[in-house]
Amino acid sequence: MWDYSAKLKDHFFNPRNVGEIPGASGVGEVGSLACGDALTLFIKVDDRGVITEAKFKTFGCGSAIASASALTEMIVGKTVEEAMQITNQDIADFLGGIPREKMHCSVMGREALEAAINNFRGLGAPQARKGEIVCKCFGVTDEEIRRAVRENHLKTVEDVTHYTKAGGGCGQCRDAIARLVDEVIAAERAQAAQAPRRLTTVQKIKKIEDVLEREVRPTLRADGGDIDLVDVDGNRVIVALRGVCSHCPGSGATLSGYVETKLRELVDPDLVLEEAPK
Amino acid sequence: MKTVYLDNNATTSVAPEALDAMLPFLRQRYGNPSSMHAFGGLVARDLQRAREQAAALIGADPSEILFTSCGTESDSTAIRSALEVNPGRRHIVTTRVEHPAVLTLCQWLGDHGYKVTELPVDGNGMLDLAEVERAVKADTAIVSVMWANNETGVLFPVERIAEMCRERGILFHTDAVQAVGKIPMDMRRNRIDMLSFSGHKLHAPKGVAVLYVRRGTRFAPFLIGGHQEHGRRAGTENVASIVALGRACELAAQGLEAENTRVRALRDRLEAELLRRIPDARLNGHPRARLPNTTNLSFEFVEGEAILLHLDQAGICASSGSACTSGSLEPSHVLRAMGVPFTFAHGSVRLSLSRYSTDADVDAVLAALPPIIERLRAISPFSRTRMPSAARLAPDPAHKH
Repeated sequence: MWDYSAKLKDHFFNPRNVGEIPGASGVGEVGSLACGDALTLFIKVDDRGVITEAKFKTFGCGSAIASASALTEMIVGKTVEEAMQITNQDIADFLGGIPREKMHCSVMGREALEAAINNFRGLGAPQARKGEIVCKCFGVTDEEIRRAVRENHLKTVEDVTHYTKAGGGCGQCRDAIARLVDEVIAAERAQAAQAPRRLTTVQKIKKIEDVLEREVRPTLRADGGDIDLVDVDGNRVIVALRGVCSHCPGSGATLSGYVETKLRELVDPDLVLEEAPK
Repeated sequence: MKTVYLDNNATTSVAPEALDAMLPFLRQRYGNPSSMHAFGGLVARDLQRAREQAAALIGADPSEILFTSCGTESDSTAIRSALEVNPGRRHIVTTRVEHPAVLTLCQWLGDHGYKVTELPVDGNGMLDLAEVERAVKADTAIVSVMWANNETGVLFPVERIAEMCRERGILFHTDAVQAVGKIPMDMRRNRIDMLSFSGHKLHAPKGVAVLYVRRGTRFAPFLIGGHQEHGRRAGTENVASIVALGRACELAAQGLEAENTRVRALRDRLEAELLRRIPDARLNGHPRARLPNTTNLSFEFVEGEAILLHLDQAGICASSGSACTSGSLEPSHVLRAMGVPFTFAHGSVRLSLSRYSTDADVDAVLAALPPIIERLRAISPFSRTRMPSAARLAPDPAHKH
């Protein structure tokens, strides 16, 4: 017996927006009878790009029906761009949580939404699935597995099975899934380790100039002041304040509290700001 | 709301008589039957009486009855004993549709140096005797085939298989957990070496079961320790539950005829009416070679868990072989072994009756289920006129598990 939330049960017993939309702007079909769940999502989009109507038909278990019902409520009133930002976790959160073993139901919702929007954008019938099939039982590709691992921070083969069904059949692909999980985690670690060092000195200087120009100068100029980049030495950024700023008693606070914060946020968290000797 | 309990192949209610029989052993008569003093020692007589009652149900001698803790323990004891007393033999024969108590154990043994043959079944869930004969080899240590399938109720020709095994000098075990108490059996008239059955499937409490071991069968114990059960199953006896099991066996023997007349008639009415009232439905399993209490039906284009949730809402307890309820992502291994088409396999519902089932229970299901199926079909993207394309039927039709 699954521990379904009250909201999930409500959406299962009283599903919203069941049906089809004749002449829909976009239709997304995902899943299959063989796999035990399938979802067809219909959306109507107005000329401002807003989803005005959504309907669904689902073959599946309690959480599959509830996820589809929830999705239709979540997307109506949103623009297509806003709807594209919805993740499977958002669907699960909307329902007050989904049992972990059933997260693939929320993934199916997100996939149907993407398919419907692609269809609306004229990208044709549901696009060919990206990547190579890894799980033959459920027809899940390596790209789909990588995406689920990245977006949901999955750690184990079991996690992947809960979210995509991959590996839940004959089990022959479990080693391959384990390799994909390791690969994504390793890539994320490498990226995290590299991130601060990614900028070359020239790139760093250009980026600092850019931030000073766009973010900092307009504010200072409004007060009759200005700022110039004097030098960049490693992570030390040497600047000179001009105009009224140069003899303003609050200039120290401006530099450390405002300019440095902006540079750290937008360029590199390790930057240290220094004022050039007057 | 009254609970309509039609999941008796999962577990049964404890018979009031069985409960009454066990309570004194949980209150004043708590003695250990192995004790030298009368307070405990006299309890041994009650154990003996339960052994006689259990033996009588299956036509065995009381000395052939071992009490265990559950059907799984009985199955494990039987199969591992056969391997231990035949150290030179490394081959096991079983079926694809066994309960996990046998199937998972055999698969584990397969990973630990034994060779395992899993016999297929046909579309009706029936086993071909000739297949069994072909499968056994000179180094087969044991053949283990269930008497009745828990999901479909289909009966296997275990007495004929036992005969064939005896001729070849191979031990034969049957998991009869679903069959005992539902169909007549007489161990004096067959050649089955070992047989498992469980208390909670026949109105005794959970946590007590039986392993029948034919007299003269070479046997190696699974639990090793004290002298209980003549050294064949160590551990202080679960006295109260064993007493209840004995009483439940006695009641089952008395109710056997009702099971095969009244209960069968209820089941047949339930099944026929559901198939008549609900289009695109099918029976899973052989229509006649079946337990009298079980029906397994599939409803096309809908999913089993969704059906069960709606039934539950109506107070009706049933079970399903759908992927979402099997705890895995695939529909039941039994339905897959039978080759039930995918369009039906996910929408299976098992209804299993008991001698406590009534006409009112059947009427409740007949009133509730047809509108549930209709409602779910209205949500489903699939229907008779809108079948999924071949590509959506199976991701890779060439792929076999």
